[in-house]
Amino acid sequence: MDLSNEKLIQMYRTMKRIREFETKAAELFAEGRIPGFVHLYIGEEAVATGVCANLKDSDYITSTHRGHGHIIAKGGDLKYMFAELFGRETGYCKGKGGSMHIADADRGILGANGIVGAGHNIAVGAGLSAKYRDTDQVCVCFFGDGSTNQGTFHEALNMASIWKLPVIFVCENNLYGISMHQSRHQAIQDVADRAVAYNMPGVVVDGNDVLAVYEAAKEAVDRARNGQGPTLIECKTYRHRGHFEGDPTVYRDEEEVKEWLQKDPIPRLVEFMLDNNVVTEEEIKKIDEEIAAEIEEAIKFAEESPFPPVEAAVEDIYTDIVEEVRS
Amino acid sequence: MMKTITYSEAIREGMRKRMRENPNVFILGEDVGEFGGCFGVTGDLVKEFGEKRVRDTPISEGAIVGCAVGAASTGLRPIAELMFIDFVTVGMDQLVNQAAKMRYMFGGKISLPMVVRMPTGAGSRAAAQHSQSLEAWLTHVPGLKVVYPSTPQDAYGLILSAIDDDNPVVFLEHKLLYAMSGEVDLDIEPIPLGLADVKREGEDVTIIATAKMVHEALAAAEELAKEGIEAEVVDPRSLFPLDKETIFKSVEKTNRVVIATEETKRGSYAGELAAIIAEECFDYLDAPITRVCCLDTPIPFSPVLEDYVVPDSKDIIDAVKKLL
Repeated sequence: MDLSNEKLIQMYRTMKRIREFETKAAELFAEGRIPGFVHLYIGEEAVATGVCANLKDSDYITSTHRGHGHIIAKGGDLKYMFAELFGRETGYCKGKGGSMHIADADRGILGANGIVGAGHNIAVGAGLSAKYRDTDQVCVCFFGDGSTNQGTFHEALNMASIWKLPVIFVCENNLYGISMHQSRHQAIQDVADRAVAYNMPGVVVDGNDVLAVYEAAKEAVDRARNGQGPTLIECKTYRHRGHFEGDPTVYRDEEEVKEWLQKDPIPRLVEFMLDNNVVTEEEIKKIDEEIAAEIEEAIKFAEESPFPPVEAAVEDIYTDIVEEVRS
Repeated sequence: MMKTITYSEAIREGMRKRMRENPNVFILGEDVGEFGGCFGVTGDLVKEFGEKRVRDTPISEGAIVGCAVGAASTGLRPIAELMFIDFVTVGMDQLVNQAAKMRYMFGGKISLPMVVRMPTGAGSRAAAQHSQSLEAWLTHVPGLKVVYPSTPQDAYGLILSAIDDDNPVVFLEHKLLYAMSGEVDLDIEPIPLGLADVKREGEDVTIIATAKMVHEALAAAEELAKEGIEAEVVDPRSLFPLDKETIFKSVEKTNRVVIATEETKRGSYAGELAAIIAEECFDYLDAPITRVCCLDTPIPFSPVLEDYVVPDSKDIIDAVKKLL
């Protein structure tokens, strides 16, 4: 493992920022301070973190309805994210997108997505674009196990493969497509097996081990940048929360949840860093305090931001047409 | 430079012009390369621009549209060809939920300069899954622009504008017009989206028609003229944005409106046009607005049945006479 201490600490920081952002989002949602609904990434932090640690700002990602972690790992600003969750004018999408549609084109974030499986083909388009323009950009397509039963998954892998596009397909296999266990929604154990059909490498990795995810993603990103085409990486992981906040999760038993809580990716990285003298407990405590302060500040920024003026509802549909307002 | 070319060639020459000017414009779709396109529209473009810019795709309409979305959001200007408008059903999520909504959902911080070309319409004995007119579905969606030319010159001028547009534009092409020839000025300025054209002037009735129905309307107008009825034929050319001004001006003059499209009547764009006129131009109407559309059936195969279901100039003449 050629990871510098600095990189490890950076990855810890990212995972912790995701965890704290999501924990706060859950609280705010429960208190009725965030409208709509939210799908939280708690438990899956190692995937977005390990993958995005290999990316540049100019690289692309497509995300999902469970997208907060991807956005944070790709460099998203917590202030604008919270502001978006609160539906404020200062949010990433001026309050027009909400939790499921956060995007930041400046950081190559081509959007979270409310349609399961819709990001796959957009990622292929971004990969085609990178190749067409002869850049070294890559596109990472994040998706859950549930989406691998959509036709788009197969269309996208096929197209990326025949054109040798710089796309990394990252499956976050959290064992459930909403309420349906993987064993009931597909007749395979490893989504990565499906790579065979598209003549690309299919890799299974412990998705709760950020170092393993980092390594697998590094190889795939290198391949993509070198013009060797796409890779399918399957990260075995688990969402600690329900599909959405408020999901009673009657479909999974407590033993299973307990077992996976033992594999929480964040304590695992902390243990590794302490064992290898990467950081001291005091240093971790300091990082945690910094993140807590950042989160508090971001929430304050969001809550103090104005709601958008109602007239904004008819703007931003087209670049050159503003629709009629209600008279 | 004036040249006599077909509707199909006009679209191709428009694409060629923009591809020569801008290396970021490219075409993708099924059989658009060496095969030249299902209806021959892309023709020889692959010879001039190569396979990188005239890109054959697998039969994956969702991926064709989705790929265009991804490419458009990252700096390119794709032109996606769907073999038949009927196949947009397979790519509908990418068009409706992604292309049309991304700019809005992302707070205006992204633009999607992409064109999706769709051969449309009945009359080629292709039956129910290769003959539809789905403009109502497409114009219904905020975030899309929808264009539907009726002549080679309009096809040329409008494809230039569609490619230049920074928003997703659905470019409908009527299959039976592909072979139609006409004089085309290849040096014209692009025809702005949202500019209707009065194809024939008249005082007695306004016939608003799209694509092939424009020609049916013109034929009807010639027949009506023999009986002393002068019809004005207005072609919106772009369904959204819509040039209401030209339409209202005509209605104010004639006080009678027939709307002729090839869609099934129920839930049609023709109904939308009728509603707009009723809401905003009611005081000028001397008769009910009448729609001449397809019967509310899937398009049947047998020529006898298809010709019965799809409207033509005779149906327009009948409709006009009922209003007078």
